[in-house]
Amino acid sequence: MGEININVEHLTRVEGHGNIVLNAKDGTVEFVQWQVSEAPRFFESFVRGRPYNELSHITSRICGICSIGHSLASLKATEAAMGIQITEQTQILRRLAIHAENLQSHVLHVGYLVAPDLLGAPSVVPLASSHTDAVLKIVGLHRLANEFSNLVCGRTVHPVSLIVGGFSHIPSEKQLKEIRQKWVDAIPDVVAVAEIVLSLAHKLPNFTRETEFIALTADDEYAIYDGDIGSTDGGRWPVAEYLDITNEFVVPHSTAKYTKHKRESYMVGALARFNLNYDKMGPLAKEWAGKFGLQPVNHNPFMNNVAQLVEIVHSIEDTLAQIDKLLEMGVNVNERPKYEVKAGRGVGAVDVPRGILFHDYTYDDKGVCVKANCIIPTNQNHNNINLDFQAIAPTLLNLPEKEIELTLEMLVRAYDPCISCSTHYLDVQWKR
Amino acid sequence: MKPKVAFFDFASCEGCQLQVVNLEEAILDVLALVDIVSFREAMKEHSDDYDIAIIEGSIARPIDIDRIKKIREQASILITIGACAHLGGVQRLGNQWDAEANKVEVYERHPGSEITKGDSNPYFAQIKHRAVSEIVKVDAAIPGCPIDSNEFGKVLVALLTGKKLPIPDYPVCVECKKNENICVFETGGFCMGPVARAGCGAPCPTHGGECEACRGYVDHPHTQAHGEVLKKYGLSPDDIMTKRTMYNYRDFEDKGGD
Repeated sequence: MGEININVEHLTRVEGHGNIVLNAKDGTVEFVQWQVSEAPRFFESFVRGRPYNELSHITSRICGICSIGHSLASLKATEAAMGIQITEQTQILRRLAIHAENLQSHVLHVGYLVAPDLLGAPSVVPLASSHTDAVLKIVGLHRLANEFSNLVCGRTVHPVSLIVGGFSHIPSEKQLKEIRQKWVDAIPDVVAVAEIVLSLAHKLPNFTRETEFIALTADDEYAIYDGDIGSTDGGRWPVAEYLDITNEFVVPHSTAKYTKHKRESYMVGALARFNLNYDKMGPLAKEWAGKFGLQPVNHNPFMNNVAQLVEIVHSIEDTLAQIDKLLEMGVNVNERPKYEVKAGRGVGAVDVPRGILFHDYTYDDKGVCVKANCIIPTNQNHNNINLDFQAIAPTLLNLPEKEIELTLEMLVRAYDPCISCSTHYLDVQWKR
Repeated sequence: MKPKVAFFDFASCEGCQLQVVNLEEAILDVLALVDIVSFREAMKEHSDDYDIAIIEGSIARPIDIDRIKKIREQASILITIGACAHLGGVQRLGNQWDAEANKVEVYERHPGSEITKGDSNPYFAQIKHRAVSEIVKVDAAIPGCPIDSNEFGKVLVALLTGKKLPIPDYPVCVECKKNENICVFETGGFCMGPVARAGCGAPCPTHGGECEACRGYVDHPHTQAHGEVLKKYGLSPDDIMTKRTMYNYRDFEDKGGD
């Protein structure tokens, strides 16, 4: 069987820089590792000295793809630190903001980044000519999700309207009705895309490794904006106790700060939310989960792609319901937040496309940030990816090298990693 | 033959490359003009044979300096996208401290952090964040945090057809007025609009926010007049410093080496 040496430097179709290394000899894996080589930017350090109302604008720049999620986690942390209450209208609009981001991020991931693997293409570009109709449907859904983000947040990448205590700009009832109708009209396209993915789903490797799943969880809704920290191993904790869950640590053989809870690692993201909160999903989302045979608790990380697709359906269902609720209440476009600036510490958590995200700030009495901590979904997944590598690699050694490489790449991509969210990645060169 | 284009990213959030993807159907128009041979965020294909390099991100490590210099040697045209490459990005605020102090703040509270110290690991040997133009020659900088998707398309077409770059040299106030907004100063806010470079369409003041000058300044900003406006509205020198440094810390930092 001889030697297998795989070294994928700068894995493609993910956000940020990561490497895959696998060395095997005579049917035994000698070394397998997922490495991260992203340049660190030290957000937690340089936000010190910045005023509270700037924090969400700065920390949204941690990640272009989840900038709405970072903004919201940031605002929630600031509001918790200063004891600022938000209105029901703000609560609903923020939930719509997360749905908008989930929709654009999941459509991008499933449609542009994962579909090429399932269709044996290197990228979506050649698919534009070979599968024109499907690609145009995916592009159309992506455009609509961005239009929705723009409407709620003022801008899809690095939102403008999300501010401490509420919104600086609020969409009108007319605009909300229009976007609602567009999502209703888009459902047949979503179904068409889901049918295509369903026809290709058998190409997702059937790989299972039992792990713990962590996500926000709530009694009365599929938690994305509010809730407690929940675990598929049981237990529920207020977000303020997040440090007991995340337990960040640095290991010499790794490239990132790792996290672990009770097991060696845990997983966050769409599959974690699905596994914890399935019973609160919309009926159409449940129907599609059923078609894919996806049931909680599912321990196949490749099914995160399917969980994202199911969440696309759920996000549309809940978007329609939340807009109806807003229209019923009547939208006050002139509502602006009122609050007092105070000293204090606060933690904010939201569940964003790639999983649960924590921001934790301490402010002085002038509202100047003196301490910050941000724990990013992808950071929490790295340990789990690495352990998946160790479990799956020995089962692949009979395959041609290209197929082993593709399977490992698909595994990383399934987590939809967002490596630029690199508040604190470090890279250690492996010396054998 | 169509020119070959490659995208590269350094320290950044990759939001500007996302804004290219956010051209949606119009990407097909871009593909009619150029061949994209490398775009790691969206494509597995990769080639080192390219004519135009498009760069996102600030430069912060010796290994990144080597990489950007190699890219410059290969590319006949080098374009930067976004505030990180153009100005050094918000992360340039970290240049207030030396790299070791930043590492202590970020890592020291965790078990195992001792391996982060010093620069024995090249991936972790930090210098200060720099704009790309401080390291190599830049042929065109598309400013903004993030870039405007449409401006990206327009600049690309202008470069390919040898036309003047369609990046305005007037302040954001012009576009803000065109949107019929009430002046941010009149509403009690603080705005960099009078000195910041336009071209974004003023989305921040239009959505109830304030201009933070993410596109840098116009070529000859009337900073003194801006200072007087700020004084007139009773804003303190501290406010002024804070807002001016968010994206333009390079104007204030001590340039005395790394």
